[in-house]
Amino acid sequence: MHIAEGVLPPVILASSAVLSACGVAIGLKKLDYDRIMTTAILSAAFFVASLIHIPIGPVSGHLILNGLLGIMLGWVAFPAILVALTLQAILFQFGGLTTLGVNTLNMALPPVICFYIFRPMLSKGTLSLRIAAGLCGMSAVALSAILTSGTLALAGDNFLNSAKLLLLSSLPVMVIEGLITAVVVAFLAKVTPQIFDFSLAAPTPALLTQPSTNISE
Amino acid sequence: MSFETFAEGTSPLHTMDAAAKLAAVTLFSICTALLSSLETASLALGVSAVLLALARLPFKKLCKRLLFINAFIAFLWLTLPISTSGTPIYSLGGFTVTQEGVDLTLLITLKSNAIISAFIALLATSNVTDIGAGFERLHVPKKLSLLFLFTWRYIHVIQEEYKRLATAAALRGFVAGTNSHTYKTYANLIAMVLVKSHDRAERVSNAMKLRGFNGTFHTLHQQQCRLADTIFASCIGLLGAALLAADYFQIMELL
Repeated sequence: MHIAEGVLPPVILASSAVLSACGVAIGLKKLDYDRIMTTAILSAAFFVASLIHIPIGPVSGHLILNGLLGIMLGWVAFPAILVALTLQAILFQFGGLTTLGVNTLNMALPPVICFYIFRPMLSKGTLSLRIAAGLCGMSAVALSAILTSGTLALAGDNFLNSAKLLLLSSLPVMVIEGLITAVVVAFLAKVTPQIFDFSLAAPTPALLTQPSTNISE
Repeated sequence: MSFETFAEGTSPLHTMDAAAKLAAVTLFSICTALLSSLETASLALGVSAVLLALARLPFKKLCKRLLFINAFIAFLWLTLPISTSGTPIYSLGGFTVTQEGVDLTLLITLKSNAIISAFIALLATSNVTDIGAGFERLHVPKKLSLLFLFTWRYIHVIQEEYKRLATAAALRGFVAGTNSHTYKTYANLIAMVLVKSHDRAERVSNAMKLRGFNGTFHTLHQQQCRLADTIFASCIGLLGAALLAADYFQIMELL
């Protein structure tokens, strides 16, 4: 879902670049030096995910994983996605320099919104966590598709057809993205809960206390 | 797998300082994106073509890359000419191709290719680590350039880890298809890649802290910004600005 160079009018490019810059500034302020490693891993995962093609019926699509980044990073998703998109622009020329602002905004704003909507659900047990993660993955992709086609439609009525095509083609990706985000988050919560920077009220504390009581006996 | 397809080479653009190239390509891209007439856009594409020729990149790979990027442009050629209103030039079965539509699509094609060619010639010819160091010299926030360098490092770690697990899955007879088993397998695979990379990152981070890492990378081959680099970079920037000025004051129509 990259918008290519030279398509959008300067007004949209400039305003979205300013908005992205604000998001990145907030994200950088919230990013501790200790979390840079985890952020870099997720940013790299976002980059690599776009190279993995997964079959969807007769065609194949690639994963986006921006919902996952939203759950794990919150506002820090902005700098993380900016970095991944910059690398994609430098290495493969997907998107580009002048569209970096609009593409970052379209990909990073939805996960931040989803983070605030679904965060309360994340620490209410395993089932709730799974559902929240699934919904987060799904709605982040859906919102990204809506934003991207929205910016295309803003560029002029003649882009309306392209925008509609784009929206339609992202529907199957949405469903798969939700499913995959749910499983990934549930797995991570079980195996490495310390990767999240907020506490999960998962059954992990109980598991941890059991062996310690055995030792005291 | 190497991602830096065009980074190897001995051309003048390969040896140029990354920070100067970053500044030049930023200015040139912004100016080109603002162009609104076909003439200036073709001139911008001409400038980019000269830059590409200077970079002396492997021709076959370059063509492949440009073709791939133009796939999106082809998609625009399918929709834009018929959905723009204006003077009709051709109509077939209810769809009318308009002059304005064709002009707009042509303008987008020219601008898009000009920016991308300049980008390949100037930035794809540098190592990502050099570009990261260039960011720092251009006063990009420190956390952002650190994140950039670490992300570049972990892309390789994650890629390797993913390949290992994908091979393991293939050896156990996993074939990707459209079913929930495939998606669950991929999800578990991704989660496992994240867990392993996280553990590894933790170890590396601890090791770096123990060795007194304070947020600055010291690269072994220090790139110096020579005077020639600065002059060349400003020339490219000025060319972009000149094109924009020509476009704005419609100098092309006077000629």
